[in-house]
Amino acid sequence: MKTTNDTQFDLWEVFIQSKPGLPHIHAGNVHASDAKMALQNARDTYTRRGEGTSIWVVPSANIRASNPDDHEMLFDPSNEKMFRHPTFYTMPEGAKNI
Amino acid sequence: MHNEHTDQHFQLRIDTEGHIEPRDYMPEGYRKHLIRQISQHAHSEVIGMQPEGNWITRAPSLRAKQILLAKIQDEGGHGLYLYSAAETLGISREEMIEQLHSGKAKYSNIFNYPALNWADIGAIGWLVDGAAIVNQVSLQRTSYGPYSRAMVRICKEESFHQRQGYEIMAKMMNGTKEQKEMAQDAMNRWWWPALMMFGPHDKDSPHTGDAVKWKIKRESNDTLRQKFIDKTVQQAELIGLKIPDNDIKWNEKTEHYDHGEIDWNEFHRVIKGNGPCNKQRMDHHIKYHNEGAWVREAAAAYKTKKLKKEELVIG
Repeated sequence: MKTTNDTQFDLWEVFIQSKPGLPHIHAGNVHASDAKMALQNARDTYTRRGEGTSIWVVPSANIRASNPDDHEMLFDPSNEKMFRHPTFYTMPEGAKNI
Repeated sequence: MHNEHTDQHFQLRIDTEGHIEPRDYMPEGYRKHLIRQISQHAHSEVIGMQPEGNWITRAPSLRAKQILLAKIQDEGGHGLYLYSAAETLGISREEMIEQLHSGKAKYSNIFNYPALNWADIGAIGWLVDGAAIVNQVSLQRTSYGPYSRAMVRICKEESFHQRQGYEIMAKMMNGTKEQKEMAQDAMNRWWWPALMMFGPHDKDSPHTGDAVKWKIKRESNDTLRQKFIDKTVQQAELIGLKIPDNDIKWNEKTEHYDHGEIDWNEFHRVIKGNGPCNKQRMDHHIKYHNEGAWVREAAAAYKTKKLKKEELVIG
């Protein structure tokens, strides 16, 4: 996730949608001097076998990511809130379709 | 909160089958080992385009030419996936190319052998890609996330490479006496170098210890080599090719094929730069990298020009 200042151009992250209706999923990255080249390179590199119906490219330098060191602070509290999950609740015996 | 920036904590994560991602803590040795292994793997994909590229203009049919072009394009793509994976460890693409050109970084020894005739294209796809697949299937479970994901993608694409090679060999073994001899000759020349692709025997392998502990490497050189031999012997026999090793025989006890001694002197001779094509491969890469400089410069100039225009519009 760093930008290279050498002759190999900037890094772009590539997201591919495999079928209409599905989310764009991270596929990898490419080097390119602009968005047009990034799309072209992403197409050539990641969709040679009909893997995609749509491509997003994003300059890697524009992605902000959570710090792995913060994972407890960020994600552990949600484990304590079991009432967010449907299995937390006791249903009366015999209730159907719920 | 316990300290996650220790080698013990790192090892604990590895042992509980956790994947390591680029921003996680990792020991310097782990990072170095991965950079060396992944960049070598990337260089191998790219240099591996050369022996096959040599045959594009001489492919025996339009079908064969289209297939070969697609295969070589895949190899280039595989190189890119792997360079990307290595870049997440903090080395730039430029540095990796420099290390290849200076000889600091290696590529697979197998590509220092020439593709002399069309049967070699069959043997390369079947045996060389076949050996690579055995290694890459195992590496899908490697502990470093970006490397593992690149391997999954590569394995999906690679099986066509091996099948197209085997098809060429099968066709030639169904052909004239001369074609059969060509196929057997290619088999004779590529079999032993393909076995050497798995690296030295486990007892002589200097990098295996840490790589196994860190789960970069999931199976040993000898285990992988044996898997390749066990798979390939039947395929050879089916189309009438002879394995060029008189000691190849099924061992009822181990349920594996026994095989003869590998000539490691040959292996070391070629690694040290004395193979038939070492100089040619590197000269070719350096020449085309340098001759492509104007394309990179033009793209950079175009980018600068466009940025200036946007500033003018905004300003």
